[in-house]
Amino acid sequence: MADLALIRHVPLIGGNKTLADVTRDVCRPLETGPTKLWYVSFLAAFSALAIGSVAVAYQIATGVGTWGLNRTVGWAFDITCFVFWVGIGHAGTLISAILFLLRQRWRTSVNRSAEAMTIFAVMCAGIFPIIHTGRPWLAYWLFPYPNFRGPLWVNFRSPLVWDCFAIGTYFTISLVFWYVGLMPDLATVRDRLKSGFRQKLASVMSLGWNGSFRTWHRYESVYLMLAGLATPLVLSVHTIVSWDFATGVIPGWHATIFPPYFVAGAIFSGVAMVLTLLLVARKTMRLEEYITIRHIDVMCKLLLLTSGIVAIAYVTEFFTALYSTNPYEEFAFLNRAFGPMGWTYGIMVSCNVLIPQLLWFKRVRQSPWIIFPITLLVNVGMWFERFVIIVTSLHRDFLPSSWSSYYPTPIEIGMLIGSFGLFFTCFLIFCRILPVIAMAEVKGVLSPAHPSAPDREGTSIPATGSEAALMPSGVRS
Amino acid sequence: MSRRVVLGIFENESSLLKATRESRQSGVKIVDAYTPYAVHGLDEAMGLRPSRLPWVCFGAAIVGLALKLWFEYWATMTDWPINIGGKPWDSLPAFVPVTFEVMVLAAGLTTVFAFLVISRLRPAKRPVLVASGITDNRFVLVLEENDAHWDFRRIQTLLQKHEPVAVEERFEGE
Repeated sequence: MADLALIRHVPLIGGNKTLADVTRDVCRPLETGPTKLWYVSFLAAFSALAIGSVAVAYQIATGVGTWGLNRTVGWAFDITCFVFWVGIGHAGTLISAILFLLRQRWRTSVNRSAEAMTIFAVMCAGIFPIIHTGRPWLAYWLFPYPNFRGPLWVNFRSPLVWDCFAIGTYFTISLVFWYVGLMPDLATVRDRLKSGFRQKLASVMSLGWNGSFRTWHRYESVYLMLAGLATPLVLSVHTIVSWDFATGVIPGWHATIFPPYFVAGAIFSGVAMVLTLLLVARKTMRLEEYITIRHIDVMCKLLLLTSGIVAIAYVTEFFTALYSTNPYEEFAFLNRAFGPMGWTYGIMVSCNVLIPQLLWFKRVRQSPWIIFPITLLVNVGMWFERFVIIVTSLHRDFLPSSWSSYYPTPIEIGMLIGSFGLFFTCFLIFCRILPVIAMAEVKGVLSPAHPSAPDREGTSIPATGSEAALMPSGVRS
Repeated sequence: MSRRVVLGIFENESSLLKATRESRQSGVKIVDAYTPYAVHGLDEAMGLRPSRLPWVCFGAAIVGLALKLWFEYWATMTDWPINIGGKPWDSLPAFVPVTFEVMVLAAGLTTVFAFLVISRLRPAKRPVLVASGITDNRFVLVLEENDAHWDFRRIQTLLQKHEPVAVEERFEGE
């Protein structure tokens, strides 16, 4: 229990902030002009988005033949990027919903940006299967709607249809969850700013929020329910994504380990992406007292944990394949690691399993300049993980006569760059028009030592120390 | 109908909590409290009943689940049965994922919608703020005169004990 004792005495937010300080600090970026760094980053992100848009426009106009796919490798960059981006989104829901249910109050500083990240990542992900259909203007065919062809319904027994529903629901619920969390903060922005576009936006979107506790009381119950719904939802989403593969008969795909393996990998890559963004945001937006070294330390531990789960999955699937005595399974895995595309497997294992081991050291977990490259490498590794699963399993399947190889075309690389461009463009705009830290939640976890901060006697929780500070406000024991 | 209310404006959560508890104990009617964040334990201090929204959530989940399951059976067994790889007509396990997603979607959207309706929140609504700084750093307790024995002094002394920033008396016309 030494850790718990430590948590009790270290405030979650540094700098001995008052409530008004929180409002001022978080609203500051909304009141001042963007920095040079923001302009430079926005220009870079927007250029990447432009490159991607040109690539996608050319692909739609010409056809899927502009990609390097062939009859053997029917899925490659597109589905790799799809799975990669869906995975990135998972950490947002982990932080906003699962950590909320687990009463981890440190999440309050990071949940807003993590949830925003989820929404943008799922947007990036959604683009890939849609353009992969070849005729994206008919993408609505993926949903069952009354039509003049019978009506002909979609095949509810197909994992691709499950995927459609999973991603659609995930995007909608994440958006709603994010918006519900934003409502009180939008009211703060509305009341603080005098005029301008942001004030107008906040006035419309804050729905007339006036801080009434009767509303707060219901709000907490709604937030708790959304967290309860989002938790199984997020687990189901990557489970269903993994079924796109696991229900197929291709060696290397047809494995029962896939759902937990994919979910852990998704959270792993997502936490890395949250860390990448937070490390940049806290420096450039002067939020070091809100996103403290302690937050980064905890996130690094999460990264290490999920890296461990992913490592176990790698070992297990390899062992199972070799132990199966099925020649196709054995070959698929030996080919993965030592075949012509073995270098991708090498990148995957070194970035996802070996490099994160550095995080065992406390000194590493507390040095942003070491963590930052680690988080980037983790995401490189996780992108390659999906590439390894998809391409190395496909390119040498059952019949050697149909073996083939795969090389991405510039169009596919352009699309990959474009998806990063879309993600960062959205994120940078978000940083400028909405509060990046959940003010109403941070105010609830300010240090109890501070005069204007909570002393929580008389509640159902013992008031000694600040155990209450560990509780999310929506949950009563 | 017009009514007379007293506002106690506080700087911190604990003063508000103590004042609320004491007001309730001395039988003064609490109209509402206004806070910048969800103050832990204030619902008990105010004597609020637990929200009934979980029932809305549960109901919507059941309805969403039932409708989706029915639709999947109807579409694939009755309306246009298509044999896909010899799979049985009653493919319940294969119907589970979509049914689950639709259940979550129905429950989540309905709960939030019900919350907005009950709390009378709608886009572009003009907020009625009882005091400035409620969405920043002020905590306000609103008490209502509810009988003939209303004594402003007594209420004032009660609130003054908890270090308010201000105590105001207001007449509200409705």
